[in-house]
Amino acid sequence: MSEIKIVNLRKQFGDFVAVEDSSFTVEDGEFLALLGPSGCGKTTTLRMIAGLELPTSGKIYLDGEDVTFNRASARDIAFVFQLFALYPHMNVRRNIGFPLVSQGVAKAEIRARVVETAKLLRIDHILDRSVSGLAGGDRQRVALGRAIIRRPKCFLMDEPLGTLDAEFREVMVHELRELHNRIHATTVYVTHDQHEAMAMADKIAVMNHGVIEQFGTPQEIYNRPASMYVADFIGSPPMNFMRFHSGLKRGARSIFLDAVEVAVPEVGEDVLPGEMALGVRPEHIRFSDRSPIRGAVYGSEYLGTNQIVAVETAAGIVKARVAADRSFRLGETVGLEFNPDRLAVFDCASGRAIASSLYAEARHG
Amino acid sequence: MSSVNATAHSVVEPTPTVKRIAGTIVILYALVTVIPLAWIFLTSIKSPPDSISYPPKVIFTPTIEGFCNLFTTRTRQTPDYIQSLPAPTSTCDEITRRRNMVIAGPSNYWPRFGNSLVIAFGSTFLAVSLGTLAAYGFSRFRVPLADDLLFFILSTRMMPPIAVAIPIYLMYRQFGLSDTALGMILLYTAVNVSLAVWLLKGFIDEIPREYEEAAMIDGYTRLQAFWKVVLPQATTGIAATAIFCLIFAWNEYAFAVLLTSGSAQTAPPFIPTIIGEGGQDWPAVAAGTTIFLVPILVFTIILRKQLLRGITFGAVRK
Repeated sequence: MSEIKIVNLRKQFGDFVAVEDSSFTVEDGEFLALLGPSGCGKTTTLRMIAGLELPTSGKIYLDGEDVTFNRASARDIAFVFQLFALYPHMNVRRNIGFPLVSQGVAKAEIRARVVETAKLLRIDHILDRSVSGLAGGDRQRVALGRAIIRRPKCFLMDEPLGTLDAEFREVMVHELRELHNRIHATTVYVTHDQHEAMAMADKIAVMNHGVIEQFGTPQEIYNRPASMYVADFIGSPPMNFMRFHSGLKRGARSIFLDAVEVAVPEVGEDVLPGEMALGVRPEHIRFSDRSPIRGAVYGSEYLGTNQIVAVETAAGIVKARVAADRSFRLGETVGLEFNPDRLAVFDCASGRAIASSLYAEARHG
Repeated sequence: MSSVNATAHSVVEPTPTVKRIAGTIVILYALVTVIPLAWIFLTSIKSPPDSISYPPKVIFTPTIEGFCNLFTTRTRQTPDYIQSLPAPTSTCDEITRRRNMVIAGPSNYWPRFGNSLVIAFGSTFLAVSLGTLAAYGFSRFRVPLADDLLFFILSTRMMPPIAVAIPIYLMYRQFGLSDTALGMILLYTAVNVSLAVWLLKGFIDEIPREYEEAAMIDGYTRLQAFWKVVLPQATTGIAATAIFCLIFAWNEYAFAVLLTSGSAQTAPPFIPTIIGEGGQDWPAVAAGTTIFLVPILVFTIILRKQLLRGITFGAVRK
């Protein structure tokens, strides 16, 4: 197994910049999710790591070796395609064994390793079936089998669960993570689904318009989003933004939302006056009759274990995740209280998060 | 409501009347296509007088005289000379003697038929091979001026090939390609390759690139991926293209008349030259034509399975 390192990777198709100066390192045995909306450059990044696209500039290292312009076949990586790409003219057994044939592995060994791989994925009962008759999940397992049988340096997966039913996707998320725990293969997993990324990945790279907005553990990305884009993309419902106009001084411990003072984590930098946004996760909001931040209940969504209540405030609609037992009348006036340790402040013009003690924690571990 | 469905999606089972009308049309069409073939076959087993009788005979005594005349050359002899010969050694011998003739030797039919086989299959193989490679290139790589090149390739089919007969005739004479199998193979390949490129490009475009990419990641070179993954999936298209190319090359008459006369002559220009005593020997011509139809029939039947098989079905979700 091995480490993948990409440095200042850039890919341009004509005038369109698909990936812009991306750098990150996937450590040995780590599971990285490249997360972003479609067209954000995540698949292009993956294809460059695989050798299916050549970068316009930048470097790709596999285990310290520069493989930027190596052929795909010379990189010793495995790729799981979104559409599976199982060879339709071969049965399951031949599909799984196909990578070994190219390496000139002896027939008896291929047979043994196919069976071993199939058992690992619990598909040993369908080895002699044609791939065209298989259900989505089994096809996915065959594609995985074809990837893992070679024991490659790393796995690259391009939205491998994208075409599965929602119900089945959850089963496969679980299976994939379990498989990763067992074989500890360095994995890069492309997805647009934040739940998949959060559930499986050790690290997440959030991409937007060809740029990596944030690279970190799921916890960092969720708790300390580096930009408004990340804060909005991750979490369901996403982070609330309450806009205000102000400048900030280093060391400040509060901001003013329409003359209401709100305590925030200690600000770590001076910011010139401008349009700002207070970022609040729905679960960091409590209802409190004494709070001066007031609004009218706009709607609620019952989720069983809790509920999402939308409240119309002077600073816009704010969604709060609260206990499921309380019921609200539409139009009812409520007070909102925020958990002061978990608030983020963003500069609206650049979208970037303002340095604060919340973010400092991340830097110190 | 149901009538709306019927027009919008045709998901409604056709009524018996519709089925009957459709069946009648199909049968009529089949008759129109099959009757000439049946006519040729029946003529081939008629005697020469029966073959030209008017009104045409539907009931007659079948004979293999047409086939005998097709395969042999004969000379007229006096009855006394024929009487003096030893007993006939074959049915054809016997039939020929009854017409006061003896077999002088084999005709040129089989050599001409052989030329047709070599030239038609040779040019089909070349056209399909070149066409597959070119189509793959156009389909998968960013070829500079690809659209212009494809149009240029297609433009060679915008006039009937025979329009360039005279330049080709002169060129072939200059290069010594006249009346050679190689010359005919090159000519038919040149005519067919544009059709092959266009047909095959369509088929190869349909094969998702992921298959080759998967194979290349699995450790194969592009050529190996093409050979092991693309070709097996393109068999349907290749079979269809091969049939079209073969039918053209097999049936081609005009160039064959112009460019072949002797050792490389194909069957189409040869068959009309079969002349019996007192004019065209129709049963022999019909026999030659009947046999000439067999290879295309066999080839189509062999490839029918390939043509019908949707092998990529279901393996990649679209």
